[in-house]
Amino acid sequence: MKAFSTVEGIVTPMDRANVDTDAIIPKQFLKSIKRSGFGPNLFDEWRYLDLGEPDSDNSGRPLNRDFVLNQARYQGSNILLARDNFGCGSSREHAPWALEDYGFRVLIAPSFADIFFNNSFKNGLLPIVLAEDIVDQLFSEVESIEGYRLKIDLAKQIITKPNEEEIPFEVDAFRKHCLLKGLDDIGLTLEHISDIKNYESRRKADAPWLF
Amino acid sequence: MAGKTLYDKLWDAHVVREDENGTALLYIDRQLVHEVTSPQAFEGLRLANRKPWRTNATLATADHNVPTTGLEHGITDPVAKLQVETLDKNCKEFDIVEFGMGDKRQGIVHVMGPEQGATLPGMTVVCGDSHTSTHGAFGALAHGIGTSEVEHVLATQCLIQKKSKNMLVEVKGDLNPGVTAKDVVLAIIGEIGTAGGTGYAIEFAGGAIRSLSVEGRMTVCNMAIEAGARSGMIAVDDKTIEYFKDRPFAPKGDLWDRAVEAWQDLHSDQDAKFDRVVSLDARTIQPQVTWGTSPEMVVAINDKVPDPSQESDPVKIEGMKAALAYMGLQANTPISEISVDKVFIGSCTNSRIEDLRAAAVVAKGRKVSSGIKQALVVPGSGLVKAQAEQEGLNKIFEDAGFEWREPGCSMCLAMNADRLEPQERCASTSNRNFEGRQGKDGRTHLVSPAMAAAAAIAGHFVNIDNL
Repeated sequence: MKAFSTVEGIVTPMDRANVDTDAIIPKQFLKSIKRSGFGPNLFDEWRYLDLGEPDSDNSGRPLNRDFVLNQARYQGSNILLARDNFGCGSSREHAPWALEDYGFRVLIAPSFADIFFNNSFKNGLLPIVLAEDIVDQLFSEVESIEGYRLKIDLAKQIITKPNEEEIPFEVDAFRKHCLLKGLDDIGLTLEHISDIKNYESRRKADAPWLF
Repeated sequence: MAGKTLYDKLWDAHVVREDENGTALLYIDRQLVHEVTSPQAFEGLRLANRKPWRTNATLATADHNVPTTGLEHGITDPVAKLQVETLDKNCKEFDIVEFGMGDKRQGIVHVMGPEQGATLPGMTVVCGDSHTSTHGAFGALAHGIGTSEVEHVLATQCLIQKKSKNMLVEVKGDLNPGVTAKDVVLAIIGEIGTAGGTGYAIEFAGGAIRSLSVEGRMTVCNMAIEAGARSGMIAVDDKTIEYFKDRPFAPKGDLWDRAVEAWQDLHSDQDAKFDRVVSLDARTIQPQVTWGTSPEMVVAINDKVPDPSQESDPVKIEGMKAALAYMGLQANTPISEISVDKVFIGSCTNSRIEDLRAAAVVAKGRKVSSGIKQALVVPGSGLVKAQAEQEGLNKIFEDAGFEWREPGCSMCLAMNADRLEPQERCASTSNRNFEGRQGKDGRTHLVSPAMAAAAAIAGHFVNIDNL
């Protein structure tokens, strides 16, 4: 996993609540056995006017010009601003894979769905929960100021606005540590092999039918 | 000290270690694996030269991509075929038991697991699929995980977790006739919203929940995730224990007796504390139909499509307007005046034998309306299919004009050939009515199996009493 330190860039506003994982990456792309290459199909059904298939040449497909990702002012964006319950629905990790492959590194919303939230951290994406009124304010600034950029400093847990105003944010200490270092969860867990083995022998005695 | 909730007990019994800020290593008793969310996990193991920690804790089947017709031709979609073959190869390489295509025991993971007794009360159960919450129906702690976590559990038999909060959803009183588990859970989601359970583990309780069969309880827990909760659960009772007796993977003899004794404790203590309690009166629940693009957009069959002009929250109004436009519906249209093009009876929510029986009762001696383009019945597993055929249900469905298919996820998420065309409207027993879920621009209405069968017969949604 890529280590995460500071991200600075253009913000894309996704102004609808309950954006689900079927919208983030439609099911036909889940047939891939790889974990990369999903970026061109991020938000496929909203982004293109035709039906995309895994073998489609996306460069030639008709674009939905009204969709936010297709607007010139948001090209090259790496921060997504969203509404409540972003990432609801399935557990498909293809959703964070697609967001990351497209170029997003930070997601900001008043709330995220649990499984998606968890999956994001495993892929070098930082989901940030901010209060509804702060998110409202960010939406109005992003939409009214072209080229609106934010700077996110994970170590300090600070978002800096173009006017230098700072917004602090919360992040779980363990997840922050893993993101900053780009740590592999499995490697960390395997440092506790003896704890796992001790648990198993205790449990085997109490509930042998589980083994 | 206050007593423990069922969730507290399941959590405490599986903590391997916990650090000072509450991040725990949780031991996983059973992982179910399918073709869509596992290839990258196995690839990760290979790249890191790691082996599964405990192969006998893992059980695999192919379900999302499998065709439900023409099995003799195999999978014709080369991308899907490669994914299913990759699962076969990975299971062989890593020595994991798999019920592959053609095996009678193959089926939707959440139907197959309990059917085999491979998921049991008191277990922690995970799978790379959000509907893993299904297995909470018998007092297990079960939830969906992403592919990185699939790999993590394969490699370590543990998950890194933080404990959720406790929510109790009580459905008190007796259910009205014709009201099923599906209607109960849709009504709950309508009440608390699709994010209402975010951050919580939900325990479903109350007389109406207790009155449900174990299969009905699976339907309720299956959709906990549609209320935002990764896991839903129901306390163990005699019905639960009876359900597992003599299942192939269930303990036998002395071990069975010891297990049953341990399972008696799988309920919340009388003085347990919940962070949130929601109560519903069962008598207020009528058969439900969703009208929008989120499971919380749900009303009773005798209601009308809601009117955004009656709302005050601007984000909600925009959401309702977008949903109405997508669904091609006008506010205030009576639900019973909405015609459907296709009917889908199946999915991990509603493809078990009792679901098929309930639909067959409605279909028996009747004909699918001439306005219906396709009505599919897709059993949840090869064994459900065999049981239904033994009871003659396939004959009832086929005589009425339904197609009787092979088991799989099918039109619930339309990864195989079973899907909606743009603007087609479907009465579906599945769990998600998201935009594009059953096919690009397809329109999904979630209902119970009986309501889906009734819509097939009438050609539109209908209160079964009026059929």
